[in-house]
Amino acid sequence: MGATITLDYITHRYRADGPTTLENIDNRIDAGERVALIGRSGCGKSTLLHMLAGLLLPSEGCVRINSHQVTKPSAKWNMMFQKPSLYPWMSVQENAALGLLFAGMGKQEAARRVGELLDKVGLHDKKDVNVQSLSGGQQQRVALARSLATDPEVLLLDEPFSALDAFTRTALQEEVPALCAARDITMVIVTHDIDEAITMADRVLIMSQNPGRIVSELRVDLPFPRRSHDPEFQTLRSELMTRFRDTDDGLAGRKSDKDDTQKKQPAVRRVV
Amino acid sequence: MSQTSIALQPGNTPFPARLLGWIKSLQYPLLGIAGLLALWWFGGWLIANDPDTEAFAAFAPAPTFDALVYLVSSGSLWQTIGSSLYRILTGLIWGVGIGVPVGVLIGYFSRAMQVSNVPFQFLRMISPLAWMPIAVLAFETWDAAIIFLIVMASVWPIIFSTAHGVKRIDPNWFKVARNLGASGPQMLKRIIMPAIMMDVMAGIRLAVGVAWVVLVPAEYLGVTSGLGYAINDARDTLEYDTLAAVVIVIGVIGYGLDWICAQLLQRFNWHVE
Ligand SMILES: Nc1ncnc2c1ncn2[C@@H]1O[C@H](COP(=O)(O)OP(=O)(O)OP(=O)(O)O)[C@@H](O)[C@H]1O
Ligand SMILES: [Mg+2]
Repeated sequence: MGATITLDYITHRYRADGPTTLENIDNRIDAGERVALIGRSGCGKSTLLHMLAGLLLPSEGCVRINSHQVTKPSAKWNMMFQKPSLYPWMSVQENAALGLLFAGMGKQEAARRVGELLDKVGLHDKKDVNVQSLSGGQQQRVALARSLATDPEVLLLDEPFSALDAFTRTALQEEVPALCAARDITMVIVTHDIDEAITMADRVLIMSQNPGRIVSELRVDLPFPRRSHDPEFQTLRSELMTRFRDTDDGLAGRKSDKDDTQKKQPAVRRVV
Repeated sequence: MSQTSIALQPGNTPFPARLLGWIKSLQYPLLGIAGLLALWWFGGWLIANDPDTEAFAAFAPAPTFDALVYLVSSGSLWQTIGSSLYRILTGLIWGVGIGVPVGVLIGYFSRAMQVSNVPFQFLRMISPLAWMPIAVLAFETWDAAIIFLIVMASVWPIIFSTAHGVKRIDPNWFKVARNLGASGPQMLKRIIMPAIMMDVMAGIRLAVGVAWVVLVPAEYLGVTSGLGYAINDARDTLEYDTLAAVVIVIGVIGYGLDWICAQLLQRFNWHVE
């Protein structure tokens, strides 16, 4: 069973007297759902994802996974970053098996489990290779195998493909949602790329900036694999673009007086 | 480096060709050694031909090598070397045992670094030999006092190199490991230690160099075994050929220790060139 994620009125400031990075984020992500989070650079997407992973605690509100509050990292909710961050003193297989080793599994059992996964991500002939000799795309595949090895209920992806070449990116944009569906994993991906969001997600959340809020969401009911030249895809894209631009205009238009108005808003929203 | 490793590549090349390549790779080091010998021989010749210094003629290469052959064949050398190696190894083990944990601590916690920086830099600048009077008072045996000096010599490079290694660790490595559910001890064993092993070894290599240099004068005092003692003893008995032979042995062993460290450093180096 995948896991349900509940975001319960999350507000966050990195410093008590600092700016509000996230404000009243309130949402529910169903078990097995695939959600994309898009927004301008610096709007707080990574911050929110770190909270889902238990790497950061919100100043107010909480994250719950299957109604358990997330207070610390766990191999059950795994995050993949833009950089693969593999450990150069380990082989491909050892890197991928690390989470299992941390969980106390024996080396051989871990190797067997990881072997199947490496086959799935297309690295069957690279198991004993040093990770430094892999291409960027292959390294990110190792990171993917590493994240999947612990059988997570939730997979969190923070712009995982943005540093990859177009071919690898396209391939992984198809493979990852499929893998998640097959393993019943709830997936949340942060991205700058609207096409990527539509290609991978069942639902797209749009965030505004200063403070970061979820201002809009859009369902994507297209069959997989999705092609960007489909008319339906393009309709969705222009719809998303419009909404995305709206968040920006809103910001630019109210720049001078926005501080007052936005500080009052949360109280109103909370009542609603 | 690259030239040597290519020459030593045990590929499909036939043995004579490999031997030839090996000799070729050694030609410059051999040239250096020959130069040193020539200089030594010339110095010996000057000493022998000056009436003022004639008495020290035994420092020249020929008598020295005779003495060296005698030292080796009589077997007395091995015990001397054994005592010195025992002291330096014991000192190094303590140096590593103290230096690595302290280095990890001050590398990991920047506050610990801020607190310890001035005292450590201060202590580091004190010649280990300056601790001798204190060491003699504090320890019951001369051996223990010498080992203490070795620890004082070796601990600083190990601490600083280890701390440097920890500070250089990619913060994402910590984040990913935490994310995968690593506990504190697992983080230390699987991430921190392998990541810094190279820096630790580089520190040990420096420490071995300093410790070996400190050991000989430390053995001038009190003890009746070891290479330093052998030098002092040879001087007192005016056996200058033996004295020079012991100097050769010190140099060769020091070189060998450094070579071993260099090999270990290679072994723990996870960078792919
Ligand atoms: N550790 C931190 N301490 C203080 N402020 C931070 C920290 N991390 C992020 N911020 C601030 O919080 C805001 C949101 O950052 P975040 O990294 O979540 O944005 P993002 O949406 O992921 O941006 P990008 O698309 O560029 O990755 C930014 O203004 C950033 O400067
Ligand atoms: Mg980010």
